[in-house]
Amino acid sequence: MTKILRPDAVVIGAGPAGLGAALAAREAGLEEIFLLERDFELGGILPQCIHDGFGSIVFDQVLTGPEYAQRFIDKVERSGIEVFLDTMVLELRSDRSLVAVNSRDGVLRMEPGAVVLAMGCRERTRHQVLIPGYRPAGVICAGAAQRYINIEGLMPGRRVVILGSGDIGLIMARRFTLEGAEVEGVYEIMDHPGGLTRNLVQCLHDFDIPLHLSHTVTFIHGRKRVEAVTVAKVNENRKPIPGTERLVECDTLVLSVGLIPENELSKKAGVVLHPATGGPVVDELMETSVEGIFACGNVVCVFDLVDYVTFTAEVAGRGAAEFVQGRRRWRGEVPVRPGRNVRFVVPQRLRCLDREVELYFRVQRPERSVRVRVLVDGRVVHSRKARMVRPPEMVRASIPAGALNEGVREVVVEVTPDEKEA
Amino acid sequence: MRRKHDFICINCPLSCTVELFEENGEVQEVRGNECAVGEKYAVTEYLDPRRRVTTTVRVRGGVLPVVPVATSAPVPKRLVREVVRALAGVELQAPVEMGQVVMPDILGTGVDVVTTRPLPAKRD
Ligand SMILES: Cc1cc2nc3c(=O)[nH]c(=O)nc-3n(C[C@H](O)[C@H](O)[C@H](O)COP(=O)(O)OP(=O)(O)OC[C@H]3O[C@@H](n4cnc5c(N)ncnc54)[C@H](O)[C@@H]3O)c2cc1C
Ligand code: SF4
Repeated sequence: MTKILRPDAVVIGAGPAGLGAALAAREAGLEEIFLLERDFELGGILPQCIHDGFGSIVFDQVLTGPEYAQRFIDKVERSGIEVFLDTMVLELRSDRSLVAVNSRDGVLRMEPGAVVLAMGCRERTRHQVLIPGYRPAGVICAGAAQRYINIEGLMPGRRVVILGSGDIGLIMARRFTLEGAEVEGVYEIMDHPGGLTRNLVQCLHDFDIPLHLSHTVTFIHGRKRVEAVTVAKVNENRKPIPGTERLVECDTLVLSVGLIPENELSKKAGVVLHPATGGPVVDELMETSVEGIFACGNVVCVFDLVDYVTFTAEVAGRGAAEFVQGRRRWRGEVPVRPGRNVRFVVPQRLRCLDREVELYFRVQRPERSVRVRVLVDGRVVHSRKARMVRPPEMVRASIPAGALNEGVREVVVEVTPDEKEA
Repeated sequence: MRRKHDFICINCPLSCTVELFEENGEVQEVRGNECAVGEKYAVTEYLDPRRRVTTTVRVRGGVLPVVPVATSAPVPKRLVREVVRALAGVELQAPVEMGQVVMPDILGTGVDVVTTRPLPAKRD
């Protein structure tokens, strides 16, 4: 029989979310914290994100991904947090017991006081996009291409077509170009770009890489290796328009078609997921529907800023400590509802009702000159002007301390046209 | 001759298209920006656009074959490709420290190229 380990808390995944949560739990007084990571080193996705643009809110400084990660790694190494590398969590149950494996210890069984989910997200693949054609080599996800080039030091291709204009695709367009490959173009099925303007300018315009909006790839040619793709213009229903097809020779098709939270473990533990985010439903401590299981970072919803990942990690780490120390008290159950032009809000519900709460949300459509408002039973508790809101950019709002109590029925987050001219 | 140059301001989600008018290199007028940040941005992008360059260099004997590097400050935009080319032949020996200078004063810009992570040596 393998011995059962009983630490105060187990954190699954050591990206910025897991690193931040473990540190916060430690600072809040937990003694024994295990940080479990399947990769050979700490940092999650950040070691491969070698470009800069990380940390402007947390550190008031623009860092590269590895630099951002290193600040937390250094702290974790000095903290007494027990790190398990090359360790994969295979199973988590609703009583928080879990099974992990690595080559040094074999099978590890744990029954921690609290669990923090920090598994990040994974890329949508071609199966979820469904492009007809053969299944040749040379079709690759943007994040995988990033890993090949920036971690393994390998070039996946020489003549590249990119499908999807999300930030990772744009960043890889520049990266391939700098490494001497030719990026023929970026094709986006929507009529607006998916990534940030900063990346459109600095990754595409700077290198004269064309962006084709309302276009998609309709066929992949080549049996062993990609030889070409057919691209076509699409109509307003995103269906290819006959007669607009064009053959583009290339040896590599890079897919940048979105990320989805990685929740195989969460599902098996009975954690309730939210249809709009793809991640666990959480409260203001980032506690999921299963008691003592917390979640933070991209496993909850795809945050575009690593700073927000770190903020949610601090909340989850402190929440886990409160739970283990028997201090966590629920005073009610208040839903947080998306109102006008809001697609989803995290957290989705509030139960402690005793503190200031940061809310993160996405809008449904772009809108100019708006006011972001938070209403507690119809009373405005937060109102802020914004020049513009766009679906790719997460928006932040907050509920001030003292605005909540046991009697509150609902909180609504809405975006309304700004009537008062400033 | 008066000429127009278009820039997209990257400083907030509004993404204003800013038009800059110039005659013989002298900025005369900036239009289309909804706030002062956009004017400053367009003028800088016209007169002296700079970028921080990030890439990787080879490492011998490390746990990974490459280490990420960056210019310690932004360099003129027109030099971005040249910076990457100048680093293509560089090979470091592990272990590599964080912030280790890989190439000082690259292309005479006064800016150093430094590593952005530590890379331990491979144990065998
Ligand atoms: C390609 C790319 C580019 C980006 N660019 C930017 C940018 O320019 N600026 C910015 O602010 N943000 C950027 N982001 C976003 C930012 O990097 C992420 O938001 C952040 O890394 C998410 O952190 P995380 O800890 O939630 O997930 P991750 O960093 O993905 O970490 C999750 C960790 O969990 C581990 N794990 C998963 N399952 C298991 C298991 N079963 N057992 C053990 N370990 C497990 C994984 O190995 C991984 O290390 C980018 C993201 C990507 C993917
Ligand atoms: S000019 Fe001002 S309002 Fe327009 S994008 Fe730039 S910062 Fe935003």
